Amino acid sequence: MRLLATAGRVLSQLRRDPRTVAMMALLPMLLVGLFAWVMPAKQFAQIGPMLIALFPFIVMFIVTSIATLRERTSGTLERLLTTPLRKAELLFGYEIAFGLVAVLQAILVVTFAVYVCGLDIAGSLWVVGAMAVVNALMGTALGLLASAFARTEFQAVQFMPVFVFPQMALGGVFMPRSQMPDVLSAISNWLPLSYSIEAVQRASINVTGWDLNRPLLILVGVTLLALLLGSLTLPRRTP
Amino acid sequence: MMNSSPAVSIAGLRVKRGKVQVFDGLDLDLTPGRITGLMGPSGCGKSTLIRCVVGIQKVQGGTVTVLGLPAGTPALRRRVTYSSQQASVYTDLSVGENVTYFTRLYGLPSTEADRVITAVGLADQRSQRADDLSGGQLTRTSLAIALLGQPELVVLDEPTVGLDPVLRAELWGIFRGLADQGITLIVSSHVMDEANRCDDLLLMRAGRIVAHTTPASLLIESGKSDPDEAFLELIRRDIAGPRHSLDTPNEAPVSTPRHAEEDQR
Ligand SMILES: Nc1ncnc2c1ncn2[C@@H]1O[C@H](COP(=O)(O)OP(=O)(O)O)[C@@H](O)[C@H]1O
Ligand SMILES: [Mg+2]
Repeated sequence: MRLLATAGRVLSQLRRDPRTVAMMALLPMLLVGLFAWVMPAKQFAQIGPMLIALFPFIVMFIVTSIATLRERTSGTLERLLTTPLRKAELLFGYEIAFGLVAVLQAILVVTFAVYVCGLDIAGSLWVVGAMAVVNALMGTALGLLASAFARTEFQAVQFMPVFVFPQMALGGVFMPRSQMPDVLSAISNWLPLSYSIEAVQRASINVTGWDLNRPLLILVGVTLLALLLGSLTLPRRTP
Repeated sequence: MMNSSPAVSIAGLRVKRGKVQVFDGLDLDLTPGRITGLMGPSGCGKSTLIRCVVGIQKVQGGTVTVLGLPAGTPALRRRVTYSSQQASVYTDLSVGENVTYFTRLYGLPSTEADRVITAVGLADQRSQRADDLSGGQLTRTSLAIALLGQPELVVLDEPTVGLDPVLRAELWGIFRGLADQGITLIVSSHVMDEANRCDDLLLMRAGRIVAHTTPASLLIESGKSDPDEAFLELIRRDIAGPRHSLDTPNEAPVSTPRHAEEDQR
């Protein structure tokens, strides 16, 4: 009840913000469309799934870090913590809300990629879409955690490039991790997006057996760890 | 104090915020079923004291007991409600959505939302977004949330600041109604003209309680005719008085003549 009330409240707030809704719904389609247009089909088949699965991570990371920073600075968080609401209900309320948004987003962009852009891959695009949702949930959890380290919304937005671009470079988007210098591939083993990328790549080739298990397990683990650390950044008593 | 245990009991409270030692050994007992006005200039520690009572302030020492339990314990979250000085509502949601969300957090029926929205006089603004409200309407939205359920202690930090006199009178009417039901209220204000509406007064200055008194005995003790002057007089005495060293921060120039005043109401 309190959990769903919180998820509902977060969704109502989102609905009131048409620009963010447009960014979430239209921007991934626009990007997929542009890449489809400028790239040969074979190359697009590699980049397309990556866009579909990684874009929600970036968007949810930004949107959640700003939303929860507002919650921290506007006094509403302090107020929530004086009510019977549990911290876990607050955190998972955010996860449910943005998880639902990610599902809708994935349906839109996968449909668009297949029927409009003619994206054709060996694996299932719907599994790629499911990876998009997993990444969105992780982006929400990490955004929540990151908001604890920002004082202003501008700082919160700055985390995104700092946090995301190095991970993309090291995570195997541009070069397979196995071909990287040892130091870099060792670092990349510790970066969550490496496993997002691994999962998408496997899903777009063709998923057989338990291919996705290891990256999926790691992504879910990182999400839960981020939520746990996030709950530590929501103390009831503040100085 | 005569027939029941205190609603709030504070002993040896020490609080440091940033570099400021806000309280250094504060003691206080509040009588249940009364409106205690927490008065004092800006920065004297009203909000900090309120945060301690609600259990959201990190403290360095001492005890804060609320309704017989340590402040901030989960069992108190339905029994104590709080509205902070800054209106803590979601500005991108409507009045109704804000109140309904908190109604659901308390597990109350939606009729409760209607009740409190009407109580603060916002029925006509119900579907208006909070960031389109006037300052007073925003404060009242925040206040409405603090009226949800059946709290035993309602803690309001400067709820009437910036409101016009008519509205202030209305809100004090609501507060009086709550007190008549036996609810204890703590209401802070930095203007003394609301002192007469309270049952008890807690006058603070620089993190110390200058006087814990009643409106009537404040005037008698100070020899002044209005609360504003009376408070200034007490501060003057406090500054001049020999007992304002930090070792005895709770020795107030005006002792608590509460027993004498008890039967006035
Ligand atoms: N977040 C904070 N960090 C550091 N100092 C603070 C903080 N909040 C308040 N203070 C200081 O604590 C003292 C008491 O503040 P406060 O309780 O807000 O006073 P009041 O509510 O009476 O205006 C002031 O000296 C203020 O500067
Ligand atoms: Mg204050």
